[in-house]
Amino acid sequence: MEVVDLSVTGKTALNQRLHHLAHHPGEAHWRVLNPDGQHSLAVGLDAPITVEIAGHAGYYCAGMNKQATVIVEGNVGVGVAENMMSGTVHVRGDASQAAGATAHGGLLIIDGNASARCGISMKGINIVVKGSIGHMSAFMAQAGTLVVLGDAGDALGDSIYEARIYVRGQVQSQGADCIAKELRDEHRAELASLLSQAGVTGVAVDEFRRYGSARNLYSFHVDNASQY
Amino acid sequence: MDVSNVPKTLPRYSATFDPHTLSEIRRAAATGIYDIRGAGAKRALPHFDDLLFLGASMSRYPLEGYREKCDTDVWLGTRFAKKPIHLTIPVTIAGMSFGSLSAQAKEALGRGATIAGTSTTTGDGGMTAEERGQSSILVYQYLPSRYGMNPDDLRKADAIEVVIGQGAKPGGGGMLLGQKISDRVAEMRTLPKGIDQRSACRHPDWTGPDDLTIKIDELREITDHEKPIYVKVGATRPYYDVALAVKSGADVVVLDGMQGGTAATQDVFIEHVGIPLLAAIRPAVQALQDLGMHRKVQLIVSGGIRNGADVAKALALGADAVSVGTAALVALGDNDPALEEEYRALGTTAGAYDDWQDGRDPAGITTQDPLLAARLDPVAAGRRLANYLSVLTLEAQTIARACGKSHLHNLEPEDLVALTIEAAAMARVPLAGTDWIPGHVF
Repeated sequence: MEVVDLSVTGKTALNQRLHHLAHHPGEAHWRVLNPDGQHSLAVGLDAPITVEIAGHAGYYCAGMNKQATVIVEGNVGVGVAENMMSGTVHVRGDASQAAGATAHGGLLIIDGNASARCGISMKGINIVVKGSIGHMSAFMAQAGTLVVLGDAGDALGDSIYEARIYVRGQVQSQGADCIAKELRDEHRAELASLLSQAGVTGVAVDEFRRYGSARNLYSFHVDNASQY
Repeated sequence: MDVSNVPKTLPRYSATFDPHTLSEIRRAAATGIYDIRGAGAKRALPHFDDLLFLGASMSRYPLEGYREKCDTDVWLGTRFAKKPIHLTIPVTIAGMSFGSLSAQAKEALGRGATIAGTSTTTGDGGMTAEERGQSSILVYQYLPSRYGMNPDDLRKADAIEVVIGQGAKPGGGGMLLGQKISDRVAEMRTLPKGIDQRSACRHPDWTGPDDLTIKIDELREITDHEKPIYVKVGATRPYYDVALAVKSGADVVVLDGMQGGTAATQDVFIEHVGIPLLAAIRPAVQALQDLGMHRKVQLIVSGGIRNGADVAKALALGADAVSVGTAALVALGDNDPALEEEYRALGTTAGAYDDWQDGRDPAGITTQDPLLAARLDPVAAGRRLANYLSVLTLEAQTIARACGKSHLHNLEPEDLVALTIEAAAMARVPLAGTDWIPGHVF
């Protein structure tokens, strides 16, 4: 295991060493000490490696990740795993706003709560939040799945496209064009798989409600103008 | 009195309720929805035509037009990027998306720009193989929608342009109507085919200049600090926007005036939000000068650039380069009078066609219809664009030499006067024949 102490090494040097692995395979297990909430840690990775961050991370931790598994043993700032393409990002603590924003793939697990705009504009990522999520989550969500074991704040799934949302707790309100939908067997199977991947046990899939797009706003129509 | 012989005054249209205004009222009454169109502001605005160069005379020496050198190159991204961009000419191709434009049009833009030694720019729809393949220098736009955004394309780009706004619709997001969402466009944007697609107007994961600083840092970290980072803003509050872009860590600021085109937005937005480019350049340059960053953070301006005189005037006012979008499309073949019959069938006329949102462009440029798109030969259209870019450069050099400048960047505000009080105030150059700069405190 390669240990990098950020109180000694700069984050740019860390990121560049991790980027190097995209074309020159090497150490597969990295541990980052003293992150101290620094921004842009382990961003732009493109190798099947594991990076453990021993503490809190700032904005955009694991941004644009491909292939790698990034584990944060603390809280993360805005935009964790933003635009992730593949791989896994696991936050042991809480996440700030825009967790998993615009991400195309991979799995984001948040053990605690996520703040506002979780999964905003998501494009294929799977997100499992074991706590609750804030307002405007899954805003304009295009594809992928957002699973929430706790509650969801106001305007969930506003202007949602084809993404799917599963919430176990209360939904404060649904955004424009977001409706509750029937939980069918295919959804139960998907949900069970994601809960399993996130290490969640003892929770029945039928405790969740599914939300998605009513598809009423997919084409402009003057009669819908008041819904925007 | 025989009233039949009394001379009659001619019918008179109202200047306020002119025929175009009346037709729009009738259209609105019939449909209940605003008018959506492409292109930029069409109304008369204070513009570069209101400025003149003084040329050399007793006090200044001109350069020989065909003998003495007048350089045109420009470096972009010298502030922080490890790999700044070097362009042969100070005219770049503005960001336009695959989706709004056909793949053939994007390829033609790349071909033309490459021949001319300049850059082209992606748009709100990701990077296509055609444009990357044909563009020797490609700027990758980082937009609120993040359609097609991925780290591989980010690394393939020569520069990254964080788009905050554009001149045609500062404060507005993109719009692509269903008829242009083909299979390929839908796949690149991760959207269902045929829907009316609304792009976000704000970035999803940052708000304000403090966050932007961190976002730019992330983009630099992902690309190992190699690529210049541009920040593009629509012209509204240029002094503050440019100052904040510099503060946020931009290498280059792109400033787009309200004449800058768009693929589709509300006509009321295009015509009534933002300010003309002429009014935006000097405050932007002032911000750079006040921060000691003029020529260190480069300024690219766009919105209504048509000819070499416009290029020279923009540079004289302090810009480092200009961008062309609408003019580039015209060079490719947009609004060609040869297609008049087809424009008439669409209820318009060559030169006025602006239903770029509609996807029925007979020139094959603003369409995703395979048959229409196939009409545009990317090689021939690229050649036309290269010719046009060459003329822009030659014209700007002609003016610069007449002003005694051995590089286009040596043009300066002191080479200019204004024909109108408005232009004098906006460009901060004297009204011709006077030493009066309205609003300027000596």
